[in-house]
Amino acid sequence: MTYTQMSMAEIRVLLDDKQLSSRELTEAYLRRIEKIEPRLHAYIKVTPEQALADADAADSRRAAGQCLSAIDGVPMALKDIFCSEGVVTTCASKILYNYQPPYDATCWAKLKAGGAVLLGKCNMDEFAMGSSTENSAYGVTHNPFDPDYVPGGSSGGSAAAVAADLAAYTLGTDTGGSVRQPAHFCGVVGIKPTYGRISRYGIIPYASSLDQAGVLAKSCYDAATVLEIASGQDRMDSTSAPQPVGAYREACGRSVAGMRIGVPREFCGEGVQSAILDELWAAVDKLRAQGAAVEEVSLPHTPYALPVYYVLACAEASSNLARYDGVRYGLREAADNVYDMFAASRSAGFGAEVKRRIMLGTYALSSGYYDAYYNKTLQVRTLIKQDYDRVFADGFDALLTPPAPSQAFRLGEKVDDPLTMYLQDVCTVPVNLAGLPAIVVPVALHQGLPLGLQLIGAPFAEEKLFTAGSAIESARLVPSGL
Amino acid sequence: MSDYITTIGLEFHAEMKTKTKIFCSCPTDFAAAPNTHVCPVCLGLPGVLPVLNKHAVELAVKAGLALNCQISEYSKFDRKNYFYPDLPKGYQVTQFPLPICKNGWLEIEDAAGQAKKVRINRIHMEEDAGKLVHSGDNIGNSDYSLPDYNRAAVPLIEIVTEPDISSADEAKAFGEKLKLTLEYAGVSDVRMEQGSLRCDVNISIRARESDPLGVKVEIKNLNSFRAVHRAICYEEMRQAEALEYGEKLIQETRLWNDALGETRPMRSKEDSHDYRYFPEPDLPPVIVSPEWVREIAATMPEMPDQRVNRLRSELGLSDYDSAQLVAVPALALLFDEAVGLGAEPKMCANWLLGDVARLLNPDQPLPFTAADFAALLDEVKSGAINNNSGKEVLAEMFATGGKPADIIAARGFAQISDSSFLEEAVAKIIAANPQPVADFKGGKQAAIGFLIGQVMKETKGQANPNMVREFMLKALSE
Amino acid sequence: MSENKIITAADVEYVAKLANLRFDEAEKAETAVKLGAILEYMQQLNAIDVTGVAATTHVLELTNVFREDAVGESLSNSSALANAPDKDGAYFKVPKII
Repeated sequence: MTYTQMSMAEIRVLLDDKQLSSRELTEAYLRRIEKIEPRLHAYIKVTPEQALADADAADSRRAAGQCLSAIDGVPMALKDIFCSEGVVTTCASKILYNYQPPYDATCWAKLKAGGAVLLGKCNMDEFAMGSSTENSAYGVTHNPFDPDYVPGGSSGGSAAAVAADLAAYTLGTDTGGSVRQPAHFCGVVGIKPTYGRISRYGIIPYASSLDQAGVLAKSCYDAATVLEIASGQDRMDSTSAPQPVGAYREACGRSVAGMRIGVPREFCGEGVQSAILDELWAAVDKLRAQGAAVEEVSLPHTPYALPVYYVLACAEASSNLARYDGVRYGLREAADNVYDMFAASRSAGFGAEVKRRIMLGTYALSSGYYDAYYNKTLQVRTLIKQDYDRVFADGFDALLTPPAPSQAFRLGEKVDDPLTMYLQDVCTVPVNLAGLPAIVVPVALHQGLPLGLQLIGAPFAEEKLFTAGSAIESARLVPSGL
Repeated sequence: MSDYITTIGLEFHAEMKTKTKIFCSCPTDFAAAPNTHVCPVCLGLPGVLPVLNKHAVELAVKAGLALNCQISEYSKFDRKNYFYPDLPKGYQVTQFPLPICKNGWLEIEDAAGQAKKVRINRIHMEEDAGKLVHSGDNIGNSDYSLPDYNRAAVPLIEIVTEPDISSADEAKAFGEKLKLTLEYAGVSDVRMEQGSLRCDVNISIRARESDPLGVKVEIKNLNSFRAVHRAICYEEMRQAEALEYGEKLIQETRLWNDALGETRPMRSKEDSHDYRYFPEPDLPPVIVSPEWVREIAATMPEMPDQRVNRLRSELGLSDYDSAQLVAVPALALLFDEAVGLGAEPKMCANWLLGDVARLLNPDQPLPFTAADFAALLDEVKSGAINNNSGKEVLAEMFATGGKPADIIAARGFAQISDSSFLEEAVAKIIAANPQPVADFKGGKQAAIGFLIGQVMKETKGQANPNMVREFMLKALSE
Repeated sequence: MSENKIITAADVEYVAKLANLRFDEAEKAETAVKLGAILEYMQQLNAIDVTGVAATTHVLELTNVFREDAVGESLSNSSALANAPDKDGAYFKVPKII
């Protein structure tokens, strides 16, 4: 096995034993990026100089016996939605072409303080709006298992980079499934923790009440390692959670005996690819064999989650994206008065899907429609959340579901039909609406493409997700032919 | 022209007196170099989040208590969406359906001298916008504009009255009372000329009480209460004239031009005012418990009406003096401190309303302490210096901030109260002025004034005038 | 493309103005169709009765998250202006407003 194929846990042993330096490892990743990246386009920007400097610093710390954390010296990458001081941050939008943030996102600052080595910034759907990474102003990302297929989205670059061994782990964000669905499409582990678990400060917002950062990694254990460091309350984010961060690594590999797992029937109906359901029932057998109780449960308001999500997310986005007006930063188109300048800059800077969602959100908030759309969605959101509250109050430890109705689809297949694309998110959006943690773990390859399953937990029950997730995750799925 | 009934509601924006902005730790000082009191948060850079300044909440509650409002136990923030180059995020964080304070009132005197309660609909917290410097003399003839975001996100309260005001006089009286109230409460600096207190007027007129309210016109750009008064008078006339000639008034926003003394329709892009308010997802709700309200109430200073009452009933000042003193918080506060240090209230008030008021620069802090001022009054009262010298000492205290004792010593103002010295001086003047002495002895009482004046002249005004008179009478009767 | 019942080209124009976006006639028509399809899908929310249901604006039940009124670090003028598309001395610069 090459160094880049190894999990972080495996790398750690070599680094600690001084059989491998962070510089050697980083150079191995950079060589692989140079080789694979032209075919995959997982990155918007690669930062080799910074990576090597970070690696050298990690090596000197290790030599001095001052290793900072379990991720010290390990090369990783950030979705291009995390602000990184000194590194251009575009959110895959033309409107932020060349934007240099003067500060670091809190979670990135935490990883940096833990010794993370930044390889670069990953491709994504513009402003995280999309489910295929086809909505990037900087080109599409290909699925490492088959270049004709999408990697999922919006954190498609982050997932593809981990799957193709172009980073040991990456950070993504998940507003309606943007970490979990690409994890499913690319055969990696993706966790979206409870809303508020990871600070949102410095993450360019799509929909503030739903956005949450997540980790994409080669195993549950690796994801747990990173989550422990990236999480925690932040005084710069009023909505970050005060609850103590869990011992996620310890939870991995723990016995599932005695756990109660629910399978919500609303997630397993028509329209879900049969291979996914087959794998789901196989996982149920596996869990039962290890002593977990698995029962069917009902979340009756699930069918409403998708329309609620799109109204809510687009409404918040329409406001969050109002700051891109060409005054303080970002693209400006020349015009002879300020209002024409606003409209010209925004029209030239945003892509079609972003404009569509801004329009939808503006419409939903506009006078005369607020109650029918926006306010109603907030009420239905309450009903959706109550479904989950009830199931968890009934004693279920986690819920097992498909992460999406299908495996990865072909590039270009859905990009012109926004509604069909939105339907991709049907299994993931309820989790964001209820603010819950959820993990997607790879379980199988089917017809050459990966397939994962989703586990949903009660608020702050990430530990249980790592326990159940590590019980069903397959051995690392490796893309052939790269 | 027939008499119309005027209906006025006022809207105030007051910058709260916090050290830092409402959602970030940038300072709020007024005079800083452009775009230096800014950070990622108040510039609205991608990815930033607001965190509420606790003191801003406390000051908003104080404003509510000072204006007799109900304090909302539960309030929250909303976004008001619109585009303008002074607004960094494309929305203003404000409070829409659930403001922090509501249903208050403030009492003024109406034209008949009767107390009148003007109801306050609401007080809500919000962030200020930045400031635009225009390349021309005004926005209309500029080629470009220059945003400065130092003021962006300075905490504001917006205070909205019910339409209970019925004349320019009442509006002015209400504005002045509100200003004073906020200043005493320590909520705001209330400097209208610097924009830390702003007032917009909503005005309509109608022919009879039984008619529905007339078409509402909003007047902006009012930089003083004098401007508020003039603008209302102008609008009353303009609207009445329009109605007399059968013209239709339109609901609009007009700008007051103080130099021309008129209002003009505000030129703007047709703004639909569809602000798309929705709950601010980045800020959790604010709960002000009754206990917290009590804590804040315990720190509330005395409000203007209470002050006037106390000066009148406890300290024996006249109605007029009490009101005059309270109208200038710097004087009223100095009065309380000086009296607390032993100054005689009536004398203190006279000095404050006379020379101190004349010398006071409202834009600058007092250069001396209340203790210095009390010491000065004591020097005068005890006769150590005379009244005129006292005035000169005060002027120097204003100019240099010096201590009264030092100034008296340096300028040689100390009164001469040495009996033998004064008796000698009196004897000398009597010897040198036989004619006035004879006049006095012949019954011409006024001649003693001349003789005393000569003694004062001889002693360069420093002789204790009471002692001089006493010795003079004694010497002349011998 | 037929005009959608839910959202007309005039609606698109009004909303585009609020959002400060500009579409040519073809884009306007296309936007009306695509938004129309999405909004039609949203109509399923009409089926659900939400009488008396509270609105959820925050999933975590946090309240009173404050900062103390203490001055922290601001950006220098040059970093504040570093990403500005146009500037004039210490100021940002925008074309005329009226």
